[in-house]
Amino acid sequence: MAILTRADGTPDWRRRTPRADLLVWSGWFAAIALAVACFQFISERTIWDFVWDAPAQGADLVSRMFPPRWSYANQLWKPLWDTINIATIGTGLAVLIGVPLAFLAAHNTTPSLLLVRAPVLFIIVASRSINSLIWALILVIILGPGMLAGILAIALRSVGFIAKLLYEAIEEIDATQVEAVSATGASRAQVLGWAVVPQVMPAFAGITVFRWDINIREATVLGLVGAGGIGMQMQASINVLAWPQVTMIFILILGTVLVSEWLSARVRHGII
Amino acid sequence: MNAATLDAPDFDAKAAARAWRPPPLIASAWLRYAIYLGALVYAVIAIGTIEVNWTRAAEGLERAGRFLGGFFPPDFTSKGDDILEGLLESLTMTVVATALGLILSIPVALGASRNLAPLPVYLACRAIIAVSRTFQEIIIAIVFVAMLGFGPLAGTMTLAFATIGFMAKLIAEDIEDIEAAQAEAVRATGGSWFQLLAWGVLPQVKPRLIGLSAYRLDINFRESAVLGLVGAGGIGDTLNTSFDRYEFDTAAAVLIVIIVIVLACEYSSGWIRRKVQ
Repeated sequence: MAILTRADGTPDWRRRTPRADLLVWSGWFAAIALAVACFQFISERTIWDFVWDAPAQGADLVSRMFPPRWSYANQLWKPLWDTINIATIGTGLAVLIGVPLAFLAAHNTTPSLLLVRAPVLFIIVASRSINSLIWALILVIILGPGMLAGILAIALRSVGFIAKLLYEAIEEIDATQVEAVSATGASRAQVLGWAVVPQVMPAFAGITVFRWDINIREATVLGLVGAGGIGMQMQASINVLAWPQVTMIFILILGTVLVSEWLSARVRHGII
Repeated sequence: MNAATLDAPDFDAKAAARAWRPPPLIASAWLRYAIYLGALVYAVIAIGTIEVNWTRAAEGLERAGRFLGGFFPPDFTSKGDDILEGLLESLTMTVVATALGLILSIPVALGASRNLAPLPVYLACRAIIAVSRTFQEIIIAIVFVAMLGFGPLAGTMTLAFATIGFMAKLIAEDIEDIEAAQAEAVRATGGSWFQLLAWGVLPQVKPRLIGLSAYRLDINFRESAVLGLVGAGGIGDTLNTSFDRYEFDTAAAVLIVIIVIVLACEYSSGWIRRKVQ
């Protein structure tokens, strides 16, 4: 709060000093200028004729998409089941790899800050920065199309996510409990089992279910690059412009995602 | 506890059974074992559905060697112009999409807060949020590419649309959690609805608004790296092209560029969030 004095000597209450005002406004100006410059760049790479008839295109697309081809659903249950399996097994694998990494990465449980923590943090970051679709793209080239590539892609992307959130939870535990257990003369393994693990269990369960929920969404599109699941049917339907089938797939995906989100919210609510 | 029990040579099973254990996560033993059993049965069935073509995988391993060999050394120069172009596209898409999504998400967030909006508006805004959050960015991108044509504009619209759902949901939650007394105080002075927003609500949600924007900027860059797979522009286009042409050294270079930028985004967004919260 800044107090300026008016010409007649009465105080004038302002939120900011003129200097701070100027700073805030020039900040806004710079941000808007950046956004406009960026839009300019995109605009140069856009064929605006295509954009102007977008409403017509959109209306056309919607008219092609409806009504959905309900009978197509019979062919979709198996791919949908595959999708759920890809997400679930992928999450399971990620937990198996991610949990040890989290303990190796947390400040208070790592065996060595320099030799272990640094490389593990690099693994976590590399896993997190590459989208599961890119992982799938690479794995399909190596393993061939199919569910296995999808499962591994989901697992590779989730390892970093689970390990990062879990090691942050481990670093936030109550140190007095650890001290109490080590004061009884417990070994390192016993301290982990009796003081650290019970404290991070709720966080661990929450993180796993949360990631599973995200993985269901991601698994629905892995098929676009050939990594199994309902995305394969989507890709095939789009390629032959069978939009009523695409709508049917969208409806199933919407349903699955809503159910998985509800389930994950229930479990997280029950734990925390 | 006396010395005799400590030195007891034979293991006392009864005492061990009485020993304290940490309480299990799921209190009901019945539910706990049902979940374990269910998980086991599911794992057996689900793993059974994976059809692995082992001969293909074995061939793949040999190919993986050549493939990974193709990655090294990464080639930044021969397709340098394409990488730079893709990178600039991704960055500009990220900036525009975040700004646009942010502007559009604020009215939706206000509408989705039960303490500010009437019920019909609330339900409409919640529906927008649900649709935007359900579908993967890639699926939305397919629709936008069909409507707007190939190129970065479709990607920008996709990211902006996804940003609306993300920001509006989290901001609405924050608005619903504000201190009601402060809003009440502004109302009591006779402030209009907009004055209530500016002086009663905004100061309370501002740190989170800034933090989430920084976070979303980071997410949008990551996502912009894959939208190219369906023709929506960005560095994903460059990556996809280099995979299609078997130029794995260029692909490796693109992946390294993505990792480095994501790292930089993550550190700066983390720094901003720590600064404001």
